[in-house]
Amino acid sequence: MSSPAALRRSPLALLVVLFLGLCFTGTAYAALQPSAAPGTSAATMSAEDVAAGKKLFLGNCATCHGTNGEGVDPIGPSLVGAGAAAVDFQVSTGRMPLPAPGVQADRNASQVKFSEEEISQLAAYVDSLGPGPDVPAAEYTDLQGADIAAGGAAYRTNCAMCHNSSGTGGALTRGKYAPTLMGVEPQHIYEAMLTGPQSMPVFNDNNLTPQDKENIIAFLKNMEEGGNSYGGAGIGSYGPAGDALFVWTLGIGTLIALAVWIGRKAA
Amino acid sequence: MSTNHVPQGAGHLRAETATAGAATATAPQPGWSPDQGSKDATFPKALVGVDERLGAAKMMRWGLGKVFPDHWSFLLGEIAMYSMIIALITGTFLTLWFVPSMGHVVYDGSYVPLKGVAMSEAYASTLDISFEVKGGLLIRQLHHWSALFFIVGIAVHAARVFFTGAFRKPREINWVIGVVMSLLACIEGFAGYSLPDDLLSGTGIRAMNGFMMSAPVIGTWMTFFVFGGEFPGESIITRLYIAHVLLIPAILVGLFVAHLILIVLPKHTQYPGPGRTNDNVAGFPVMPVYAAKAGGFFFVVFGITALVSALVQINPVWVFGPYDPTQVTAGSQPDFYMWFSDGALRLLPGWLEFELWGTTWSFNIFLGSLLLLPLVWLILGVYPFVEAWITGDKREHHLLQRPRNAPVRTAVGMAAISMYLVLALACINDILAIKLHLSINDLTILFRVLFFVLPVVVFFVVKRLCLSLQRHDRETVLHGWETGRVVRTEEGRFFEVHAPLDEYTRWSLVEYETPRPLGQLDGAPTDEHGVRRPAGPLTGLRNALSSFYYKDSITAVTPSELAAAHHHGEHEALETPEEAARIDQHGAPVSEAPGDDYYTKGLKAGRHS
Repeated sequence: MSSPAALRRSPLALLVVLFLGLCFTGTAYAALQPSAAPGTSAATMSAEDVAAGKKLFLGNCATCHGTNGEGVDPIGPSLVGAGAAAVDFQVSTGRMPLPAPGVQADRNASQVKFSEEEISQLAAYVDSLGPGPDVPAAEYTDLQGADIAAGGAAYRTNCAMCHNSSGTGGALTRGKYAPTLMGVEPQHIYEAMLTGPQSMPVFNDNNLTPQDKENIIAFLKNMEEGGNSYGGAGIGSYGPAGDALFVWTLGIGTLIALAVWIGRKAA
Repeated sequence: MSTNHVPQGAGHLRAETATAGAATATAPQPGWSPDQGSKDATFPKALVGVDERLGAAKMMRWGLGKVFPDHWSFLLGEIAMYSMIIALITGTFLTLWFVPSMGHVVYDGSYVPLKGVAMSEAYASTLDISFEVKGGLLIRQLHHWSALFFIVGIAVHAARVFFTGAFRKPREINWVIGVVMSLLACIEGFAGYSLPDDLLSGTGIRAMNGFMMSAPVIGTWMTFFVFGGEFPGESIITRLYIAHVLLIPAILVGLFVAHLILIVLPKHTQYPGPGRTNDNVAGFPVMPVYAAKAGGFFFVVFGITALVSALVQINPVWVFGPYDPTQVTAGSQPDFYMWFSDGALRLLPGWLEFELWGTTWSFNIFLGSLLLLPLVWLILGVYPFVEAWITGDKREHHLLQRPRNAPVRTAVGMAAISMYLVLALACINDILAIKLHLSINDLTILFRVLFFVLPVVVFFVVKRLCLSLQRHDRETVLHGWETGRVVRTEEGRFFEVHAPLDEYTRWSLVEYETPRPLGQLDGAPTDEHGVRRPAGPLTGLRNALSSFYYKDSITAVTPSELAAAHHHGEHEALETPEEAARIDQHGAPVSEAPGDDYYTKGLKAGRHS
């Protein structure tokens, strides 16, 4: 037979090398790919879920997002690549289906239209249109071992400029707003960071690692549970605006009333 | 008070203590006798020696016999005074623990959400005051609430003085002192809430840094000078601290003493009322009634401030976190007294910043800060002098005006307040937007329009309200109260029975004067030879302003008018067109000024000596 050197020159060699290269790359990708958090769609969602989700989608979402989730300009964006996390966030907080057009979809937790199962079916369908961020694993939303202080620092750096240092929300341009974060499910806060709904920027796992996100949520939950409520009633956590409202109404009002009382002539 | 002894020092005064109580010119309360308490009014032995050396009795006697009139609105200034004292006391407590340093430390206190976070010593020590020092948080909150009450007290007190004309001669200097104090109080407040070095206050310092930088040409140099280099540097907290605890309080307390002396030296102003004239004071001597009331009011103010501080959170620095120039929180506002300036910045359009000659000119910031801040206090300070010039009045005034009796001043004041309020509300446009579900952009446009439109509307509405109230007063004086009892006469005529007004009520309604426009007082512009009278360059302006102030005014009912109304015996006495015209304009000569002999004579006999 010919020497290995001769084989190297064989026309088939190129194909073999190409085949090996592709195999190696594919294996390496599968091994090193950032795991899309456990509980991925592929694992738990079946074809039936996707089909049921499609049915729900056509009945409730297609008007604005198109019959194939491709979006209807200008009323609804394309959902290709939106991912299950976005669906879960928008639908389980009652933002979607949108009751009426407006500057922004409001959180409406008491008016959630679908059961958890239906929401996961919808999510499976949307995820089938193109992969996107998935619903976070429970280990990142159970707040076990989270660092509140680190979460506070990350919160002040990334979130406080819109949501306020006490998480009570703030105004954005033209009637839009950053909603309050008090009383929001940890999973929904996580999904919001992951998907950047409406005016919010996306904080993907490179900006804020899943642990950072969990820390932030733990910090918010600590505030929600009164971890920062010292010194009496907070007047809505609106800083000097609340103080001014108080001092100019009840505060000075009481003192003036007492001044009137003291200034009266004795009977 | 007898005047024919020559005072013989402290001993003489002690001998006279028995009658010291009678030193006032006021009608005492019924049942009060000048000799009361004289039996056991012996001077305590221990104090004799003190008095022989200090001669304090003389001053005490003068001071304690001083008469102050009774009115709740005179206590508004005391709210400010007592709040300042509370702030001084609590502030001293805080200095014992506060570390005015920007040195870096890592927090290891008991507040878990900040454990292990890097911060300045100033912030860490503020957290320690709040969480480790016994009673520290209460004192911190007392300090901040009393500071807010101090400035609110100043504001309502200044409004009282302005709208009642208490700033007129001879009290202009005291008005100016008060204006300077109000400016210092705001700076003091700003310096104070900047000290904790939390995220909110650091944002405020950043804004101040921007204000200074907007100064044309010298801005950058100035900020480097004040901050000791690039923002934030390591010295601003230390510098603000010394301003906050030493420099400004020292000036403030000095001016406060001067303010008090200038209140006590001339007699206190009083509202018009029975027996009250420009030459007397009706009220209580300091000892014992007024001292008890004023002293009691201190405890009332302290008590309310303490109650508020115990129940209502203020400036929770632990929520804001330590200052980091890369961070900011939504809803960042200064304390309310700085709002108007911040609001102006939010309203000023961005195109006011431009580049010229290789330099950036930030007029969008400069106008709302470095120009507006001094301008507001300058206008406040010069107002008494401007009004005196416009009025041409050089007399002393110890009798206050009811706001309605100075319609244009009241309207100008309210218009200015409305302008200030628009700016202040513009500063919380984000909070208004989120609370009222409005667009912040629409609010900004609304406030821009309101800034120019609202003062005009407020001016006309308030002026008309004042004039209507004055007309109503005239009506009441001339025809008495409406009783609501309608009577039908034999001829079938209906009329409402009016109850006559008693003299005492009437006094307060007629005891005011209405200045006339200067142009009309000066007479013809030429003298008897047809030569134009010499007129200064500002005469035209002065006459125009005077006419603006006093052309529409309603004079108090004069004795002759009252007599005429009584003579007619019926309510339509002054309904003739001539009368109506005379009320509106000064075209026709006005009879004698009100507050003249008729009224004073009528009551002098019985009321005061």
